[in-house]
Amino acid sequence: MRYFFALFAVSVAAVIALLGFRGSHFRKPPLYIFPDMEFQLKLRPQAPSGFFPNGRTSQLPVPGTIARAVPVQTASGPVFPFEDAPVNTGWVVGTTNFVEHNPLPITSALLKRGQQRYTINCAPCHGGLADGNGITRKIGAMAVVANLHDKRIVEMPDGELFYVITHGRNLMGPYGAQVSIEDRWAVVAYLRALQLARLGEPEDLPPQLRTLLK
Amino acid sequence: MVLTGGLLVGGALVAGAWYYLTPKYSRVGYKPIQPVAFSHNTHVNQLGMDCRYCHNAVEQSWYSNLPDSAKCMNCHNQVLKDDPRLALVRESAATGQPIPWVQIHRVPDYVYFNHSVHVTRGISCVECHGQIDRMEEVYHAQPLSMTFCLDCHRHPELKLRPLDKITDMNWQPESPLQQREFGQRAIKNWKVESLENCSACHR
Repeated sequence: MRYFFALFAVSVAAVIALLGFRGSHFRKPPLYIFPDMEFQLKLRPQAPSGFFPNGRTSQLPVPGTIARAVPVQTASGPVFPFEDAPVNTGWVVGTTNFVEHNPLPITSALLKRGQQRYTINCAPCHGGLADGNGITRKIGAMAVVANLHDKRIVEMPDGELFYVITHGRNLMGPYGAQVSIEDRWAVVAYLRALQLARLGEPEDLPPQLRTLLK
Repeated sequence: MVLTGGLLVGGALVAGAWYYLTPKYSRVGYKPIQPVAFSHNTHVNQLGMDCRYCHNAVEQSWYSNLPDSAKCMNCHNQVLKDDPRLALVRESAATGQPIPWVQIHRVPDYVYFNHSVHVTRGISCVECHGQIDRMEEVYHAQPLSMTFCLDCHRHPELKLRPLDKITDMNWQPESPLQQREFGQRAIKNWKVESLENCSACHR
């Protein structure tokens, strides 16, 4: 019996020594003891795959593919993303002149959305106040970040701001792939609000709000 | 004597199976070496970036996308632009060959988890991924087992939070009572269907 207890204690200790405790960090892939149907012959997104020649599961659509999409509701009616329209390009139809005004109806919901998207995508460099003092400037990692209150940017038509967000300019990369068309116009609208907050005159306010100014 | 021995061995086997044969042991703590030493702690905790700068499709898509390396280059074309740690990112952005990141969080192929429906209905990233904003290297923080899903699906009011706090990993409710009240209101207002039938997840 004594031998049994000794053996038992040793084996318990051995198991604990070998397997360790819950929650400890490990590098090797987890062990699947009963991997019933856990790994199926199907493609998961952004994974390697031998099925396609370029070795990836996520494939780009064929060139010329038109997304089946919900139209964007502009102030002048619904527009599909494949149409040659100012809301998609930032240009006046048939030209490369930028449209002067945001084609989306400016609502408080649009500005709220713009604020959220601006904070996510733009504020890291341009700063929450759009003065170019984002985190990349603060840590001294980026030499040139545009101050969006510069006269040249304030004077840009809305369409040009949209175009720059979509395609990038100078050192700024394109954001067209990650910020949707409506969100880009929402950001433009919010940016205009930020600029007005700095440039506005007391006369711009409705009379009932003007009295609140000191 | 045989009885004592049998009980001991049997008990040890049961205890061992209970302790080791669950994802709480087999998956929690998985921390593979990634091809690029990306630090969530640096980018999110120290620099204050939002999760959705990189994982931009998480609100529309069933999976939370990994960013393409061109997105890294939005900043890293200037920030640490010659750093050897980022050589693979620069190469990937130049050639278009993806970085072979190692997947950590993975549900079985017969489970259909949808990210967008959770993050747009008040479930934060932190509930399943842990304090990922503090991780130098990402590790598997929660078991992601079926019971883990069901615990929350049976009591969603304990986890729902304001929609503007989804990517705030440090948000805490004011009190458990306030959380419960907010959660119950949110279930009604946002039409939260924390389904418990099989086909909600298994198809």
